[in-house]
Amino acid sequence: MCLAIPGKIVDIAAGQNLVGTVEVTGVRRKVQLGLLEDDMPKIGDWVLIHVGFAMSRISEQDAAEQMRLLTALGETEQAMEEVRGYGLENDIANGAGRDGPTQWSGKSHA
Amino acid sequence: MRFVDEFRDPELITRASEEIRRLADPARHYRIMEVCGGHTHAIYRFGLKDILPSNIELIHGPGCPVCVLPMGRIDDGLAIARDPNTIFVAFGDMMRVPGAHGSPFEHKARGIDVRIVYSPADALELARKNPEKEVIFFAIGFETTAPSTALTIMSARAHDIRNFSVFCNHVTIVPAIRAILDSPDMRLDGFIGPGHVSTVIGCRPYEWIARNEGKPVVTSGFEPLDLLQSIVMLLRQLHAGEARVENQYKRAVPWEGNRAALKAMAEVFELRPYFEWRGLGFISQSALRLREKYAGWDAEQRYSVPETRVADPKSAQCGEVLKGVLKPAQCKLFGKECTPEHPIGALMVSSEGSCAAYYNYEYRKSLVTRIDLATSSVA
Repeated sequence: MCLAIPGKIVDIAAGQNLVGTVEVTGVRRKVQLGLLEDDMPKIGDWVLIHVGFAMSRISEQDAAEQMRLLTALGETEQAMEEVRGYGLENDIANGAGRDGPTQWSGKSHA
Repeated sequence: MRFVDEFRDPELITRASEEIRRLADPARHYRIMEVCGGHTHAIYRFGLKDILPSNIELIHGPGCPVCVLPMGRIDDGLAIARDPNTIFVAFGDMMRVPGAHGSPFEHKARGIDVRIVYSPADALELARKNPEKEVIFFAIGFETTAPSTALTIMSARAHDIRNFSVFCNHVTIVPAIRAILDSPDMRLDGFIGPGHVSTVIGCRPYEWIARNEGKPVVTSGFEPLDLLQSIVMLLRQLHAGEARVENQYKRAVPWEGNRAALKAMAEVFELRPYFEWRGLGFISQSALRLREKYAGWDAEQRYSVPETRVADPKSAQCGEVLKGVLKPAQCKLFGKECTPEHPIGALMVSSEGSCAAYYNYEYRKSLVTRIDLATSSVA
């Protein structure tokens, strides 16, 4: 829970909702931008993500180091599972499984 | 060491460890607490203990939200979710944490609708998509996750989503540090301050530790070099007889914190007069609850909460380990009744818990060595 996931902003939704799309090693998911209201990222910027919310802007190099850190800590798989889980409206709402389930999480939406 | 070399500039790592050896007074024993569970995990993973001189002792702090949650809160959360029309939603970290009547995962097996989300925003989305159901989100975490819960609750209010409520277990880190400093059996020389909590609260909330308690604090990143540099910065202060707050993790932590996040927390939450922490007991003004304005989204106001209090098993010494008085392996149950596969206490469940980190990186290794020795002596 304490480790953050680095992602690249690839899209920012128009309107008041402060929602964007991040890409994390090729996977694109919805991310909330409300906590960066004072320091709004632009498309192409890198951010650290906690529980689906972008928390701080970081440099591209720091993002790469953060990914290596997750790998070394053995948390990449968990992080990617988390990222795949963000904003998966239909899967969560319908109780369907997701791709790449591990351990109990695959059953959790059954 | 192998993994340490893969990170930025191994030469800097060598220089930092040389500097640590130069600064550490051999006549002195240093006790430094890393407050955050993410740091504990990294310290074990990278084997930093092997790099540090033996008179620098790292004490694991209370910064693992799952670990400090009293068991009764899990039972309370699951008790209010027993209604068949209810969906109980939590982060994956919570699923295997035992309550007195079983973990959320075990309740799921008994037919309670328990689901994992990765973001509070998705718990709200679940409520929006299932208007006939009541969705209770089991919120947990320090200041790193509390602002996300706050924004989600604000969004529920703005969109008038009424079938969503939050069972709030958010806690704040500074009162826990105070409780540890007030504990008579604890002597510490300085703190490695939390990384991601500090992205939200900044560095100012630690200033009293330096000013009033005379202990240096260095907020730190999570890479091996970050942690070693933070130890260098602490030793330099101790060497010079100073006590200040310094920020090693400048690339993510602004000194003043994240204003938008603090604003959202202040809008939605207020301090509870007191809250129970596992191992640390009741600590005043150490946890958050929803303000009256958001009572409609507060599970504790909407449901009748049994207020279960469960004593930890007498034989388990989670409290002493949490306070840093005992090392994980000094607990009587460690590696016997209590393992990551069959956790008795939460410190063994979360990867940020010091028992699980110690078990996975130190204890397993020592088991392998022992088996190797046994086999070779037989041969």
